[in-house]
Amino acid sequence: MASEALLFYAFAAATVIGAIIVVAQRNPVYSLMSLVGSFFGLCGLYVLLEAPFLAVVQIIVYAGAIMVLFLFVVMVLNVPREDAAEWDRSHPLFRPMAMRVGAALALLLTVELGWALSRTPGLTAPIGEDRPAVSSMAELGRVLFTEYMFAFEVTSILIIAAMVGAVVLSRKRDD
Amino acid sequence: MGAIVETLTSPMLIGYLVVVSIVFVGLQLMAAVMVYAERKVAAFMQQRYGPYLVGPRGLLQPVADILKLFFKEELRPKAADAFLFSLAPIISVATAYLAFAPVPFGAPTDFFGLLPEKIPLMVADVDVGVLVIFAVASMGVYGIVLAGWASNSKYSLLGGLRSSAQMISYELAYGMALATVVMLAGSMSLREIVDQQQGYWFGFIPKWYIFPQLLGFFVFACAGVAETNRAPFDFPEAEQELVAGYHTEYSSMRFAMFFMAEYINMVTVSAVATNLFLGGWHGPFIPPEFGWIWFVIKLAALLFAYLWLRWTLPRFRYDQLMAFGWKVLLPLATLNLLLTAAGILYFGL
Repeated sequence: MASEALLFYAFAAATVIGAIIVVAQRNPVYSLMSLVGSFFGLCGLYVLLEAPFLAVVQIIVYAGAIMVLFLFVVMVLNVPREDAAEWDRSHPLFRPMAMRVGAALALLLTVELGWALSRTPGLTAPIGEDRPAVSSMAELGRVLFTEYMFAFEVTSILIIAAMVGAVVLSRKRDD
Repeated sequence: MGAIVETLTSPMLIGYLVVVSIVFVGLQLMAAVMVYAERKVAAFMQQRYGPYLVGPRGLLQPVADILKLFFKEELRPKAADAFLFSLAPIISVATAYLAFAPVPFGAPTDFFGLLPEKIPLMVADVDVGVLVIFAVASMGVYGIVLAGWASNSKYSLLGGLRSSAQMISYELAYGMALATVVMLAGSMSLREIVDQQQGYWFGFIPKWYIFPQLLGFFVFACAGVAETNRAPFDFPEAEQELVAGYHTEYSSMRFAMFFMAEYINMVTVSAVATNLFLGGWHGPFIPPEFGWIWFVIKLAALLFAYLWLRWTLPRFRYDQLMAFGWKVLLPLATLNLLLTAAGILYFGL
């Protein structure tokens, strides 16, 4: 069991440190790669939770598909390094009031997250006989197409709307 | 303390370590053999001798090549991004090795009674093996994109973008072809998929999935060749247009790592095709404990087909490649998926 705890801390550290670098790093390509590293930590955590399917899907969908597209955009548009000297200090977001509101919102989010976690039952119970892990693909598919059918279909409509929106916005006007 | 020593020297652990070393060393050897085979087959098809000076029949040519690569100077363009420039080949070669982890290459064995229990001849026996291969393959794109970008050169960037666009496009058809086999076998573990292909139809046709899935095999083969960036889909290396694509600026061992990754990827795709469509280690005449011999024979045949293709077909044009991937291969794969699903539903295949 000790080795499992050790692995948990290793993966958790990778996830958190990766996520911190994403924000702290000023070179967009480095941010992107550390986000991929963070996803790998998350994938390890899923494996420890005995959900190998979720772990692999996490890699395929996020690290494999979405982040590669992000990388494409960053590289093709050649997004420049963020430079502290070039930051627009007069931007409304730099006003003291905006900063205070932002800090308050961040605090609120943390408290809310802690509150929600404390109210979720069975978080500390280990995965075992009586609490099967959600790794069975058949079960996952069944639930997705019965119980969560509506949410599933609505999500797909949302994605199509986003795609159509992107096409409309990026279309060149020929006038 | 005693318990730790006991665990570390337990026959099972040593057995697993032996399997891991076989895969690691085996893949490296395969890459070396492929370098030699590539030259010899090319020479044979062009009525030349190929390498014949180093060792008997030029057999030591790969050793000479590797030595040369070791002693070459490591160059890096001044404007390159130093960290990502070194990271890219490592990502490429690491994902190449990693992709072979869930691939079995023989029947479970106890090494002729040396081990108390049988262990599967694979590095990691995961339930979702097929998906792991797919996921790791999609990670390989990073090595190429980063190499192209970090080199800070036009040819590298264009080559990197092209090959990653190609890999992303063909990944879909590749995944669909995998999905049909998963549907037939009802499992995502490669070991179980191979076991489903044991036995014969009518007493003489082996129950390999290539027979009900001829279309699937075709799609898988095309997508596999494109995924590994080999001719006729070798755009990253379209030397007439792009010098050497994403590895234009690389030299010495960093270049060798890309080279090795390409060959290991070919071996992995062929091994996966062997397991999914050609019955893995099952075959007539050879007893199951020597099943890996069948596996090696099938693998070698597929690898030869790779070389054969390269020296037979001319390279596609880039737009043809994209049109083929999206307008031919993907619809074919989808059709195959629907047909297979209908077959399973109505005839219970």
